[in-house]
Amino acid sequence: MNDMTPTREQREAALEGMGCKRKRVEDVRFTQGKGQYVDDLKLPGMVFGDFVRSPYPHAKITKIDATEALKIPGVIAVLTAEDLKGVNLAWMPTLAGDVQMVLADGKVLYQNQEVAFVVAEDRYIADDAIQLVDVEYEELPVLVDPFKSMDPDAPVLRPDLDGKTEGAHGPRKHHNHIFNWEVGDKDETAKAFAEADVTINEMISYHRTHPSPLETCQCVASMDKVKGELTVWGTFQAPHVIRTVASLLSTIPEHKIHVIAPDIGGGFGNKVGAYPGYICSIVASIVTGVPVKWVEDRMENLSTTSFARDYHMTTEIAARNDGTVTGLKVHVLADHGGFDACADPSKWPAGFFNIVTGSYDFPAAHLSVDGVYTNKAPGGVAYRCSFRVTEAAYCIERAMDILAQKLEMDPADLRIKNFVKADQFPYQSALGWEYDSGDYHTAMQKAMDTIGYRELRAEQKAKQEAFKRGETREIMGIGVSFFTEIVGAGPSKNCDILGVAMFDSAEIRVHPTGSVISRMGTKSQGQGHETTWAQIIATEIGIPADDIMVEEGNTDTAPYGLGTYGSRSTPVAGAAIALAARKIRNKAQMIAAHMLEVSEYDLEWDVDGFQVKGNPEARKSMKEIAWAAYHAPPPNMEPGLEAVSYYDPPNMTYPFGAYFCVMDIDVDTGVATTRRFYALDDCGTRINPMIIEGQVHGGLTEAFAIAMGQEIRYDETGNVLGASFMDFFIPTAVETPHWETDHTVTPSPHHPIGAKGVGESPNVGGVPAFSNAVNDAFQFLGNTHIQMPHDAWRIWQAAKDLGAHG
Amino acid sequence: MSDIEQIPVTVTVNGKKVQRFVEPRTLLIHFLREELNLTGPHIGCETSHCGACTVEMNGMSVKSCTMFAAQANGAELTTIEGMANPDGTLSALQEGFRQMHGLQCGFCTPGMITRAHTLLKENPNPTEEEIRMGIAGNLCRCTGYQNIVKAIQYAAEKLNQPETQEAAE
Repeated sequence: MNDMTPTREQREAALEGMGCKRKRVEDVRFTQGKGQYVDDLKLPGMVFGDFVRSPYPHAKITKIDATEALKIPGVIAVLTAEDLKGVNLAWMPTLAGDVQMVLADGKVLYQNQEVAFVVAEDRYIADDAIQLVDVEYEELPVLVDPFKSMDPDAPVLRPDLDGKTEGAHGPRKHHNHIFNWEVGDKDETAKAFAEADVTINEMISYHRTHPSPLETCQCVASMDKVKGELTVWGTFQAPHVIRTVASLLSTIPEHKIHVIAPDIGGGFGNKVGAYPGYICSIVASIVTGVPVKWVEDRMENLSTTSFARDYHMTTEIAARNDGTVTGLKVHVLADHGGFDACADPSKWPAGFFNIVTGSYDFPAAHLSVDGVYTNKAPGGVAYRCSFRVTEAAYCIERAMDILAQKLEMDPADLRIKNFVKADQFPYQSALGWEYDSGDYHTAMQKAMDTIGYRELRAEQKAKQEAFKRGETREIMGIGVSFFTEIVGAGPSKNCDILGVAMFDSAEIRVHPTGSVISRMGTKSQGQGHETTWAQIIATEIGIPADDIMVEEGNTDTAPYGLGTYGSRSTPVAGAAIALAARKIRNKAQMIAAHMLEVSEYDLEWDVDGFQVKGNPEARKSMKEIAWAAYHAPPPNMEPGLEAVSYYDPPNMTYPFGAYFCVMDIDVDTGVATTRRFYALDDCGTRINPMIIEGQVHGGLTEAFAIAMGQEIRYDETGNVLGASFMDFFIPTAVETPHWETDHTVTPSPHHPIGAKGVGESPNVGGVPAFSNAVNDAFQFLGNTHIQMPHDAWRIWQAAKDLGAHG
Repeated sequence: MSDIEQIPVTVTVNGKKVQRFVEPRTLLIHFLREELNLTGPHIGCETSHCGACTVEMNGMSVKSCTMFAAQANGAELTTIEGMANPDGTLSALQEGFRQMHGLQCGFCTPGMITRAHTLLKENPNPTEEEIRMGIAGNLCRCTGYQNIVKAIQYAAEKLNQPETQEAAE
């Protein structure tokens, strides 16, 4: 070997494979303003669509007259529900088994609901025309409070469901009832409560909020009437599903629909569903024969396309005096707004909320969820979380703190006492999940040691004494959160979207010169798939990541997949990528054997090629093998080197983490300052630590926003109050805390590379850490539970109510 | 085409003089994106809050979604498309964002870099607090800002190195 021959380590480093902090390939275009987002598209003859929206939250529509609007030069059409009825599209099915109006059909159910779709030559003219569409409304009584939805005299919101006693998920017990979903053993749980030494019971609300990516929802639809082909570019987290839905609704054959998701400016769950804007743009392009662009403005985004959360969780825990938990009982009242447009797998009306037993070994549990209609926008999307998992994590993590308080135990110690132990995995939870792997005790201990937990508690105690003596007006809170997520939906045995099983896919093609193009069914919205997917392939087949191009989002070229949300990309598509790559490596091994004139069993894989066992000098690199695959494949072998894999996961993955928040609160102003925030994440095998850390930073910032003020609020007459960035809290660099990140690694045993997914963990685990810190700060003044969000006004109010103002 | 009378607007964008007729109500962001095909600056809120549309006008950061193109008449504008080094390589700021993982979805990035560019001209050696305050008009939903701060520090350090300064002079 001469000096120029790279060492094994150098060859490994050159791959920039898994575990490497590879710089992102996306950044070269994004830092130069050369990203290609939907609104950047400009097609010849393109026109613009925009909505006439209802100012009323609940009203009959008695007239829509577009005569004056149509007189404006440049106005092409004004579509109403009557027009859509002609193509059977006035209503559309939702993912949750409900139906939803595309355009108001006789009535409106929430403020800003879509009433008519104006098509004009430019966006300014469309806006002019909106002002001139004459709509007459007859106001109806408004239902805002979900706790009043099922009152006997509550207004009927959905006359279309009149007499329908069966919903998509079983019997409906009231005209505003959507579903009841029950899981667990009711009798066993009742027994646990009857025999308990201690119980707690608290109504814990998780308020309505919104994912609010910086780029709103938008699309361009273009119908080629000659070819009979429809192309839709859009902000789609799940482009293949959108194509299937578009085909089913429009009756255009699926192969004649081209759905393309270009660069997406953040998604966070907002861009999973199908919205009236997409449907109307498609119809308008079919009607006009020219491309139609629809771009939501921020107010439309916040007030109509998909809120998140709005879960009101009455939570009870039964325990023994020593702190051992024996039973969990949760009832959720879920506010779904005017339509149930919840973006969950079809069989899961409350998503995976039954992960609510969290990281704890509850021998018995029972959960019941009631979904109800109100005069609010539809949605219920998973805002940077797997389906309803953040609600569940908040519920159990807040409740464990309340139990610790009642038992006069330290909340960290209570958690440790009840953790599922490392040797219990795979662990069967009382509410039906099989947790794949975990080592909670090790993670918790590392986190507590790193942050100096006991010392912080001592400091807190001293501060409380000083406060009581009147020496300070500042109090201190320590928020503990130990979450377990369930992500990677999901196994076909229990997960589908409109009947399509929730697998994912990857296709890898090695070119003769040893470079690669690969395509997946997922779609990055900032997660950096172009970078990380290449890293998996690089490690698996020994070709440098820089020589691997990753392409997503074009349904014509990418294999079918269910898209990117619910932290499913790495658990599902990540597995498909590894398995497709292994098919390539297997074929490469046969080719290498032929080249080296040995049996394939005499070969071993070594970083970037195959070598003869015991004779590493006799080797063929992957690049040489690639050339041979096209030039001189072994006899009787198909030429070429490519593979596709469709992966149906055997189980979900269960990432977990220990988060600590240290907060100082001025009781006179209500201002809360996060002194430290420490996040330890265990997402199994780590593909790119730089990207993981970035994901954690971002998710924590969202968690901070949600816990500390971000809310879509309605007044008692149904006016939406949080529909602009003036009212809806998005933290700036000034308010955002500094983040400390850490990790342990407990690989998933059933995933080909052991990875679990991480993007949503910080949102799931972060919200309870912040809320627990606020609640913990006030505990010594007699507080049990303060509802989120904890903005300065509400904290001040809590301080006042607890007598902290003297 | 609406029948509103159009007015002439002349601006210098990224060193190039351009003249167009626009409606008086045309927003600067639409003028840049749709008339001049400079789609780097983005629209995130239409209310001046998010800063995705930030461009530099006569040496100051402005939010192009809430001013009219006509108000920019005669101005010197710089957008993200004018940020790279003359030889086409990434500027210190652009490189800093890449090196420090200061972006994810990329939607806020053009506005953020353009703002940081002006910030570093106003204050070549900012503290972390000054950086955070200096970019408070630009929202990012992905990164949590920590790595954006590092990216700007990276660029400040690069730009303050003597050899870089000489090269710039």
